[in-house]
Parts: sequence; structure tokens; C-alpha cells
Amino acid sequence: MGGRRVIELAAKPVAVEMTAISKRFGGVHALREVSFTVCSGEIHALLGENGAGKSTILKILRGVQAPDSGTIAIGGEVLGHLTPKLARQKGIGMIFQEMSLVPTLTVAQNIFLASEPLTPAGLIDDRNMERRSAEIFASMGVEINPSALVADLSTGQQQLTEIAKALSQNAAVLVLDEPTSALTAGEVDILFDLLRRLRAEGKAIVYVSHRMDEIFRIADHATVLRDGRLINSRPIADYSLPTLIADIMGKATRDLSEFTTASTAQDEIILKVEHLSSKLRKGGDVSFSLRRGEVLGIAGLLGAGRSRLARMLFGLEPIAGGTITLRGQTTTIGSAKQATELGIGLVPEDRRRQGLVLPHSIQDNIELPILGRLGSTPFVDLFKSRSTTDELIKRLAIKTASREAAANSLSGGNQQKIVIGKWLATDPDILIMDEPTAGIDIGSKGEVLRLVRELAADGKSIIFISSELAELIAVSDRIAVMSGGRLSEPLDKAELTGTTGDAAELRAEQKLQLIVQQGGNHG
Amino acid sequence: MAETTAITERRETPLGYFKRTWRQNIIYIGFVVVFVFFAATLHDKGFLTPNNLLNIARQTAIIAVMAVAMTLVLSSGEIDLSVGAVAGLASVTTAMAVAWGGLPVGIAAGLMTGLSVGLINGFLSTQLMIPTFLTTLAMMGIARGTAMWISDTAAIPVLDRTYPAIFGGGNIGPIPTLLVWMLIIGVIGHVVLRRTKFGRQVLAVGGNVVAARYSGINTGRVKLWVIVISAVTASLAGMLYAGRLQTGRFQLGEGDELSVIAAVVLGGTSLFGGKGTVVGSIIGALMIGVINNGLILMGLEYSQQLIARGGIIILAVALSQAGTRPA
Repeated sequence: MGGRRVIELAAKPVAVEMTAISKRFGGVHALREVSFTVCSGEIHALLGENGAGKSTILKILRGVQAPDSGTIAIGGEVLGHLTPKLARQKGIGMIFQEMSLVPTLTVAQNIFLASEPLTPAGLIDDRNMERRSAEIFASMGVEINPSALVADLSTGQQQLTEIAKALSQNAAVLVLDEPTSALTAGEVDILFDLLRRLRAEGKAIVYVSHRMDEIFRIADHATVLRDGRLINSRPIADYSLPTLIADIMGKATRDLSEFTTASTAQDEIILKVEHLSSKLRKGGDVSFSLRRGEVLGIAGLLGAGRSRLARMLFGLEPIAGGTITLRGQTTTIGSAKQATELGIGLVPEDRRRQGLVLPHSIQDNIELPILGRLGSTPFVDLFKSRSTTDELIKRLAIKTASREAAANSLSGGNQQKIVIGKWLATDPDILIMDEPTAGIDIGSKGEVLRLVRELAADGKSIIFISSELAELIAVSDRIAVMSGGRLSEPLDKAELTGTTGDAAELRAEQKLQLIVQQGGNHG
Repeated sequence: MAETTAITERRETPLGYFKRTWRQNIIYIGFVVVFVFFAATLHDKGFLTPNNLLNIARQTAIIAVMAVAMTLVLSSGEIDLSVGAVAGLASVTTAMAVAWGGLPVGIAAGLMTGLSVGLINGFLSTQLMIPTFLTTLAMMGIARGTAMWISDTAAIPVLDRTYPAIFGGGNIGPIPTLLVWMLIIGVIGHVVLRRTKFGRQVLAVGGNVVAARYSGINTGRVKLWVIVISAVTASLAGMLYAGRLQTGRFQLGEGDELSVIAAVVLGGTSLFGGKGTVVGSIIGALMIGVINNGLILMGLEYSQQLIARGGIIILAVALSQAGTRPA
């Protein structure tokens, strides 16, 4: 990590200068007096945990949200009232995390969507469009056929098409939000080559990622936000991985120790997984064992394959190889129905899409996985269904007027409780929870964590997948790290919370973050 | 304004309840309004005579029977455009089989027709993932063509005497047999959708197929069953046509798919799945029947009837479905 770029920095022209930006949402300070300066010809990493304020500052830069105070200057020109259209005109180009391309149109049609070149007769000039697209790709140094359908492109090619689209609009500042989470290693190399080339051409690039190895590979400068404040902004060469993680995570985050209890793991191994790999993604290799009453935490970056593992264990993703031994018997899990019958439950990652039938009532949602047990006739035993639902509403403290209330009329935290409730109703031995606290309020979060420990004390085994390392450490007995479809050997919590070993000066979350960033190699 | 909110918070007034739920119940309100309107304006033309009312029921019953199964189909997020053609085909196969082998063979042939068509539709939709809109659109032509082919486009008389007595020709006491069929199928359909595990699965699959799969429901099998039930019910409708007219003919049921879908949507079932009511569908079918009958008694020409009927349906659906499209 040389310091060769540091000296050049001062001489570079400033592309974006955001000064003392503050933004509140209700009583919450999303940003407090944050200044953010990006120069032309640099790749600038914007870093922070979820909720640190990264997306808010990017939304303000794109003109989607207006700051409460502070000034924004693009290319030296102070812009009082920034709208999305004005931001685009001034050269801000956003490469979205979720692809914003139309899959049924060609590459060229997407690049020039809504700004199509016209023939003198006023019709769309397809040839001109394709020629100009080809020129853009040539200047980017990548090969993509402008007349190919976007649906036929790989994820990496789609990403490059998005960049071409931004460049076609003469973007001077490119903002990339987690651009590599769905890319293969080869595609990442191509993207990085392109970013370096664009840097050399004098573009300013804002790069948001949770992958520190990428930050160190590609970025020149890093700005770190935490809890809406600017923590540090300095050349990347001044950072090491531990110091960067320390800046991002801070000294004292939320104290979750109240959710920590002594391990309730029993001797019986309820689930043993050996060399499991998915048919849909090559190179996976997952082995672990889970005891009755144990909480196994799984950490990892976006796209590491954690949700894929959850789906494999729940019969929703085809398995290429490996064995699953449940209660001492080798089993195959071919469908979610079978998984449910085997005593496995899954609280899925996307509560609104995978977890709930939103327009239906709480009772109808809770009934779904237990229909087979609501009486032995084809009819639903309504008495049993109602009493089960009421019991769960009470046990999980779901805030609702009645069990007849539609799921979409409830808050995110209460919706998540319905999803958890419908799996508790099946009385599973193993409950897999995939990001169960994502997007729910702090109160509900605490309730979910407390519930996890209660379930473990009741003899249930829990696989707890989370990107929030503090809660992962608080609630888990052991923690394994997923990376590239492979699961590391689980660590005992004591190894993280103890004060021995290398990097002893770091807090537990920081140590775990270090392991996650190093791809699970901690040996 | 603030005052009314305070009241509703404490205890809902009947007016408040009406304001909140009238859209859901628009079909019942509409039915009463239309009925009372015709009863008042057409009483001297015999609208309210038992004979006329039974006539409406007779003309509507077959559509209503198909509407019951279509309620399940739309609730599961699918559609079946082949019901009219399957009814026509079943009327032909039943009539031919009755002539060849007697009553039991005829009944079996009719139901087997529906079962085979349903299995083909279901296989194409759930295994080859062809949308039901396309499979059943294609099946509409195939079924109609098959009916023309095997009957040589001729009407096939049903000479058996028992057959029409069972399938919709006569009366049981004062009640037309067709009305009894409608009630039986209606009650079964209502119970299946409201009270059985299968009904819950149908609504869950239509409401959110991903969440249903993540809940351990075999979504393909649920859809297959719904499609088979629809085709078998359509073949029953064809057998009722054959009984009522004592003939099997390839044209029978032509265009019924649109009347059936109109009745179901009018009744409050969502075209997008996840929400359905069998009672609403039957009332929807009856309402269309009452409108047809009333417009005829008013002395409107056929062209005017078509326009008036279309206008009333659009009005009713607009009132009941406004603002209920999925995001």
C-alpha cells in the first residue's frame, strides 16, 4: 500500500463539494454537519455501517432528497435547489445496486432510454444509437454487443451497461453502490480495470462497498460515516484494515450484552451438514454441526451465499452434493413441505415477498405452514387456528387490533413477528432465521433477540444469519463465516470476546468484521 | 371532522361501518338496486311473476355453476378461457356416449372430457410453465374444434328420458333442477374456498406465490387442482346444457367464458388473485341474468341491450374494484 497517490490528490480539481450537510427524519438525525468532497480523477470510497448515513448523502447528491442545511457545489458551481434532473444535467451518474435496466430491450435501447437520437423524420435512429453505444463500449475497453437483449447479458455485463448509460449522459461523477455483490471474481476484475481507466480520464468515482478488500484494491481516498457523523476522510494509504474497521464500527456501539445468556447447547447433535453445495452456484462447500439448544450465527458479506444455504436446508434450492444428517439419519430435503415435516422452519430474508401474503389476515398467514395439523379432515379447524393465532399474538406481543387485521396494515417489526409466529406454530426443532432484524425498529429487534435465546433455552436449535455483527455476537453460541459459498469452521464466542490471540486490542465485532473481510480465514 | 373521528374511535356507528365496507359489498347493493328498479318499472310487464323469476334462474344457473369454479381459478391467480368450449365439447361427448352406452356411460364420458382437458391445461401450465391465459386460449380452439369434428357439426339428440330429468331439464317440485344444481355447486364451492385447507392454499397461492412456497405449500399441485376443477365443472355445465336442450351441440357455451369471468369479477373476486367470494360470483351471475331479462322486458333492441349491459358492468366493477389494484 504505497503512498504514491497521496501527493497527487491536492492538485486535483474538486468535482463535488458538499459542506456541512444536515438532514433529519422526524427526531432522527440522519446526517449531522457532514462534509464530503470528491475530486476528479479519484476513486473515493464512502464507508459506514447500515444506517450510518451513506444512502442519505447519496440521495441528497442525486437531488432525490433536500438537505435541511448545508451547501452542495458540483464542478465549482453552488446549487441551491438540486433536483434529480438538475443533478443529472450537472453530471451525477448513479449506478444502482438493483439494476434499473429494462430486460426486454436491447443494450443500445437501454443506454439511450428516454433520450433516443432521432432521424430527420422524427423517428428513432436505431443505427445511430447502436453506433454510439459501440463507441462508448470501445472507449470503456469492454466488448458488449449493443444489439443484444439485456436479459441475455450476465450480471457483470449489465453492470457495465449501466455505466455506459451514465457515461452516455456525460456523467462526470459516477456513484457505484455495492457494485460487486452479484459479480464473479473475473467480472470484478473487468469492472476495476474500467474504473481505473475512467479515473485516468478524470472522472470522479464514488464507491460504496462493505468489502474492505475491494476498497484497498481500488480506492484512493476513504470517507467514513458513523451514526450520521463524519468520522474521518483521508487517503486510503493512511489506513490499515484494523484501523479502517475501527473507524467504521466505532468504540462503543449499542450494548447488546443484555441478550447474552449462558449457552444452552445440549450434547445431542441434531443436524450435521457435510460438504453441502448448491446446484445453482458452483464452488460451495458447507460443513457444520448444530446441537440441540444451540444458536449458530452465520456472518458474511452480501452475496456470500448465506441465504442460499438457508434455502438449501429448507428444500428450496437444489443441492449438488454433500450430506445432511438430521437426528442421526441421513436425509434429503426436496421441498419446503418436507423440510417443515422434518421440523425445520425458515424465517426468510425478504419478509414482504417471501414471508407473508400481505393482504391476508394475521390468522391466514399463521395458518399456512400448519394447515396439515389443523384437524385431520380437509376442513380447517377454525377453533384451533384462532386459539393458535391468539396465543402467538400474545406470546410475541404483536401489536394489532385483532387477528383479522391484514398483515400489510402492521409495522415492519410486527410483520416480522407474524413470520416468526407462523414458524413457531409448527413447533420446529430447527429454526433458520435469515436477517430477522433487518428493517425493523429497535424495540422489536430486542424482542427478536430475546426470543432467540428463549427458544434455545427451550431446546430449539437456531441458525441465525445476520449482517449486524454486534447482535450476531450477542445472540450466538458459535459463529461461522460464509465467503464465496464456503463456510468457515465455527468459532466459539469466547474466542471473539476474549482478550487473547492476535488483534487482542479490538472489540469482538471488530475482530469478527476482520474475519469476515478476510473471507473467513482466521486460522 | 375531528368529532366524527373521535366517535368512530370509540364505537363504530352503522353509518361508519357502511362507509368502510360498502365497496366490498357493492355487488349485493347493486343487485338489490337493479332488482328494485326493474320491479318498480316493469311490474306491469310481469317482471316479478314467479314464472319470469324462475326463467331468469334457469338461464343463469349454468353460467353460475361455471362461475363457482372460476372463482377458485381467479383466486389462485390464474385464468381459464376454455370453459365455454369445454362445455360445448362435453355436451357432445355426453350426448354421443348416452346414445351409445346409456346413462352411466354418458355421465362418465362427460366428466372424463373435463378431467382430460383439465389435466392437459394443468400439465402445460404447471410443468411447462406456459401461462394459463395461453394454454386455455389454445384449448378453447382445440375443444371447440374437437366437438365439431366428432359430431360432424351436427346436433346430437339425447333420447334417454332419465338424463334430462337429472341434468337440468325438469323441475323438482316447483324448483327447476338447474337451480338445484346451482345451489349444490355453490354451497360446495363456498365451503371449499372458505372452510377447507385447500381453499386457504388457493388464496395463499394467488395472494403471494413465493410466500406460499416458502410456507411449504406445493404451489404447482394447488394450481393443477384448481385448473382440473374448473374444467370438470365446465364439463358439468355442458352436461346441463345437453339436459336442458336434450341435445349435444358444438356451439353450446360459445362466449360463456366472458360472461363467467364478468360474473366472478362483478362479484368481488380479484382478477389478480388472493381474494375471492363464491357467493358474490353467483350473485354476479344472477345480476347479469336480471339485467338481460329486464332490458328485454323494457323492449330494448338487442343492440341497445348490449350497450346497456356493458355500461352497467363497467359501473359496478369500477365501484367495487377502485383502488384495489396491487401496487
